[in-house]
Amino acid sequence: MSNVTMTVNGKTVSGSVEGRTLLVEFIRNDLHLTGTHVGCDTSQCGACAIHVDGKLVKACTMFALEANGAEVSTIEGQANGDGSLNVIQQAFKDHHGLQCGFCTPGMVMAASALLKTNPKPSELEIREHLEGNICRCTGYHNIVKAVLAASGQDVSSIAAE
Amino acid sequence: MYNFEFKQPKTISDAVNALESDDAQALGGGQTLIPTMKQRLASPSTLVSLTAISEMKGICKNDDGSISIGGGTTHADVACHSDIFFGLKTLAENIGDAAVRNRGTIGGSLANNDPAACYPAAALSVGATIVTNSREISADDFFQGMFDTALEEGEIIVSVKFPVPSSSSYQKFVQPASRFAMVGVFLSNFGNETRVAVTGASEGGVFRWCEAEAALNEDFSDGSIKDLSIDHKDMINDIHASKEYRAHLVKVMTKRAVANAS
Repeated sequence: MSNVTMTVNGKTVSGSVEGRTLLVEFIRNDLHLTGTHVGCDTSQCGACAIHVDGKLVKACTMFALEANGAEVSTIEGQANGDGSLNVIQQAFKDHHGLQCGFCTPGMVMAASALLKTNPKPSELEIREHLEGNICRCTGYHNIVKAVLAASGQDVSSIAAE
Repeated sequence: MYNFEFKQPKTISDAVNALESDDAQALGGGQTLIPTMKQRLASPSTLVSLTAISEMKGICKNDDGSISIGGGTTHADVACHSDIFFGLKTLAENIGDAAVRNRGTIGGSLANNDPAACYPAAALSVGATIVTNSREISADDFFQGMFDTALEEGEIIVSVKFPVPSSSSYQKFVQPASRFAMVGVFLSNFGNETRVAVTGASEGGVFRWCEAEAALNEDFSDGSIKDLSIDHKDMINDIHASKEYRAHLVKVMTKRAVANAS
């Protein structure tokens, strides 16, 4: 076992892990932050998407020890300081960007990574950016609409309500 | 997956030393190796992560005009760097998905030499030089078949030197579930010489399509390859595409590469 220390959602945390402990296992099992989901565990579905040093990664395809000393953000750290939903989360709610909700934490983390580098993405850019996040309920339409709305752009061109 | 001892050296020489231990394996961005270890298709007793080695990251222009990319540089960093030429930029920004591109590295992709990976096509097409901790290997000698390279046990790709073509293009027919290339064609035009490298198609991994190169050296236009065909005998046959379909795609993607070269 080795010691690992990182900052998760602004708090310094540490623990003792095996070499093979995945970052998502450390986050869920040791830190009990279960908002980061494990869907496929084969780096395809994106339900475990988080930010490590500001960059979108799949937490099932990185070892906890690789994040030693890193700044990690998970879905639990996304709400505003007063506990209200942030602009992306609110847009997902307003535009019905989820059904069962299992993929939503990963979708929100992916959307937030996109808007940091591209504050006004086109519909195509949003769809391309979300290629690594699979949703089996919505058909993606309202997810794309929510991201477009969160970026402050007009969503009237996307018809379905 | 089976457990292992994790090491994270800060320098190339420490990494080389760490890789000398029995059954040690280098870990790049892990986007292939970690899923492989989960399936127990790989079970190293020591895993040597290369991600903390800063001398293996970054992109710079050399005095001879070529570009050197550190082996530990991620696809995302290649895609957004201003010195990267057109074909290579297109290639890097379309590998996997956004999260994969933030972890996966050029060194990892070349060392693994997946028959459907994108980077081997670029390296072979431009005639890149693979720089390891102990020597320099030309791309023509580096790729030795599916998942096989000239790398010795414990040898690390420190950087890759790319000559810059006057125009280039990468055309990838995506396998939509895996986002690997069902067929990918990288074309580089150096004015007096055109090189065409194909990935995703052959049982032997990445290869150069010499007939197309000869035709394009005569006349650099998509019309010059319209009468060519490529033998499907050694092509990959799987649930996604037959040998014949892959052979057909090689020609289609090559034509598109000529038309889109920039």
